[in-house]
Amino acid sequence: MAHDHNVNPNAPLEYQSETGRLNITGFWTFLGAEIALFSTLFASYFALQARVGDGPTSNEMFEAGLVMIMTMLLLTSSFTCGIAIHEMRANNKKGVIIWMIITLILGAGFIGYELYEFVHYVHEGVTLSTSAHWSMFFILLGTHGLHVSIGIGWIILLLIQLARRGLTPKTASKVFISSLYWHFLDVVWIFIFTCVYLMGMVN
Amino acid sequence: MDLKWNEFIITGDPLILGAQISILLGSIAVVAALTYFKKWTWLWKEWLTSVDHKKLGIMYILSALLMLFRGGIDGLMIRTQLAKPGMEFLDPQHYNEVFSTHGVIMILFMAMPFLIGLINYIVPLQIGARDVAFPYLNNLSFWTFFVGMALFNISFIIGGSPDAGWTAYTPLATNEFSPGPGQNYYLLAIQIAGIGTLMTGINFFVTILKMRTKGMTLMKMSMFTWTTLITMLIIIFAFPVLTVALALQTFDRLFGSVIFTLQGDGNPMLWVNLFWVWGHPEVYIVILPAFGIFSEIISTFARKQLFAYKAMVVSIVTISVLSFLVWVHHFFTMGNSAEANSFFSITTMAISIPTGVKIFNWLFTMYRGRISFTTPMLWALAFIPNFVIGGVTGVMLAMAAADYQYHNTYFLVSHFHYVLISGTVFACFAGLIYWYPKMFGHKLNEKIGKWAFWIFIIGFNVCFFPQYFLGLDGMPRRISTYTEADGWTGLNFISTIGAFMMGLAFLIFVVNIVYSWRFSPREKTGDAWGLGRNLEWATSSSIPPHYNFAVLPEVTGLDPYWDMKEKGLDQQKNVDYKPIHMPNNAATPIIMSVIMGAAAFGLVFHWYWIGIVGGIGIFITMIARSFDYNDGYYVSVEEIKETEAKANK
Repeated sequence: MAHDHNVNPNAPLEYQSETGRLNITGFWTFLGAEIALFSTLFASYFALQARVGDGPTSNEMFEAGLVMIMTMLLLTSSFTCGIAIHEMRANNKKGVIIWMIITLILGAGFIGYELYEFVHYVHEGVTLSTSAHWSMFFILLGTHGLHVSIGIGWIILLLIQLARRGLTPKTASKVFISSLYWHFLDVVWIFIFTCVYLMGMVN
Repeated sequence: MDLKWNEFIITGDPLILGAQISILLGSIAVVAALTYFKKWTWLWKEWLTSVDHKKLGIMYILSALLMLFRGGIDGLMIRTQLAKPGMEFLDPQHYNEVFSTHGVIMILFMAMPFLIGLINYIVPLQIGARDVAFPYLNNLSFWTFFVGMALFNISFIIGGSPDAGWTAYTPLATNEFSPGPGQNYYLLAIQIAGIGTLMTGINFFVTILKMRTKGMTLMKMSMFTWTTLITMLIIIFAFPVLTVALALQTFDRLFGSVIFTLQGDGNPMLWVNLFWVWGHPEVYIVILPAFGIFSEIISTFARKQLFAYKAMVVSIVTISVLSFLVWVHHFFTMGNSAEANSFFSITTMAISIPTGVKIFNWLFTMYRGRISFTTPMLWALAFIPNFVIGGVTGVMLAMAAADYQYHNTYFLVSHFHYVLISGTVFACFAGLIYWYPKMFGHKLNEKIGKWAFWIFIIGFNVCFFPQYFLGLDGMPRRISTYTEADGWTGLNFISTIGAFMMGLAFLIFVVNIVYSWRFSPREKTGDAWGLGRNLEWATSSSIPPHYNFAVLPEVTGLDPYWDMKEKGLDQQKNVDYKPIHMPNNAATPIIMSVIMGAAAFGLVFHWYWIGIVGGIGIFITMIARSFDYNDGYYVSVEEIKETEAKANK
């Protein structure tokens, strides 16, 4: 980029190069767009929540235990992801990789349970075509699940780069950005947990 | 989808056959010419893979001009069909397809890329930057736009065009009422192009926030840069809504969900809401940069600083906020409560306040200015009264009770053509002519340009002014024909004459481009009009070198280049050069976008395996990009010296 020479050695590694700083700002902006995207999905879900047609309602299907396990897995993964960034600030490459791998395992566990839930619903006869309510349920949760899955794939790529190249301003900014993404997905899940599952089970 | 081969390629219509043959011959001619002149490598290295914001800007504008031609032909076909009662030029199905593609192409594949092209070329120069924040992403944005555009355009020769209107309202656009691939083209092509627009939004937002040259605070930015900044902010929050809306309808059509359908307790009105939650901000996405362009041109050719700069900034920001709060005015008649209609009626009328502020500021900028009546200035001057007509009829439409009368009539059609053409299209012409010397090193011929201008604005008014009266007479939009007894014949015929005048003016404009390329004198300085006020005119040569500025300029106030000229400073001369870091070309964006287009093409026809293979291909290119640690290169001091010495100044 036309601005790489502008280096600030006193900042944390990920903020040292101008490219790193721009990428982080750009990613925050992207997260703004992601908020708009998920807001639209949530709004559509709310608009169609009562439209179950001949299909079952939420509280006939949801199971609190499963959702609690998924929530704990994802919340914990956000915590371990934070520790990974803490290790990065301490310039400990090994620590970053270990904590990120733990994060990914927790994330994969979450995805596993989500797939189990979807398959379970389909076996019970609830699919994308059951009713407007369930269409939006699968699309909203599917979009979040797809984001988590892409995040897992992405972070694996970054860990390979990290192992090969060590902690540099460039790898550090990449890992930092992936952590922002991961935390963001956690925040979205909190809304899904509250607005889809808890409210769905109360109604 | 069970398609027979004879249904796959559209046959049996002489107009479409003509288009197919001309597309085929045109493609063969381009390929042959590139091969004969051995230009393939040049095309690939200098243009297709370039991350230079200036070249991307030019490619955007060329695509937009092509689409203006395509969308214009659609418009002329509509007007020909309506010229007389009972015309049999287009059958009703074909007519539906033509007005649907006319709308989509003009808004999404003409107005947006034209403005984004001008933004690409000019904004980095105006903020004194050497490139955008994310040059690679900029190239990817262009290619996703281009592939989306190509996919949308092939629909009319392969499979059939969308025919549910540019708004694609459900339930009309669901599988039940719009079987066939047309609507799938709409969904997937706009989806791909929309992703590119979102990336452009992020890119320029960060560029303007983070890459302004020394001394240029936010309140010292040019007005075009300000409007771009706010436009990008609107894009960032509006386009994800479109992404979701399109994705939901795609799921309905391809994967059996029941969101907007009449089955499964779906709600078609949700689409209408989502579409306009994006659609109304979209209107401001295409009008705010136009306001910026007019601000630049008016202040330049009135030789005065823009009047009430701060009020201009405040009104842009106000418009951007209000633009998200008015979407229901597009469907006052579709069963909302009186309270809801009242709220959206008031917010809609409120938009006219900041817009009025801007109109007065332009007038006061010209007041006591020494005005040069150049072609770009003529377009800007014509914009003001014509846009006011469009705006005032907009306020009429904003009154919910009265809207029951105007809704879905030619009154509305005329209103939005008045704002979109005299706002956006005039600005595109004005901006292109104004900055043409900066892009190509010579001006467009003023005399021919003025002919094009006068024919266009007279044609524009002849075409659309009668439509207000047709609308008040009750002529509904989107009808393919009418009868003598309706009494709309005379005004329709006049309107058609106007449309062809606009077509003629466009041809003259294109002729002017060719004529000027051959005969216009080459510009010797970077300040082609001699009146430049902002930094895009401060480059050392008429066409800026690829690094834009050998030395980044410093800014102390508004209109920095005017300031430098008054003080007799030339910041680009007699200084110590340092090596300049520039980004490398990128080949993955075009590859990724083409794969995206192929995958979408498969999905249009429900060939899911192509979609899956394409999806894998997209991920592979993304992985390749992730492992690409190419950091660009340095332009050496010798090369800078050589380039600057060659500069005309």
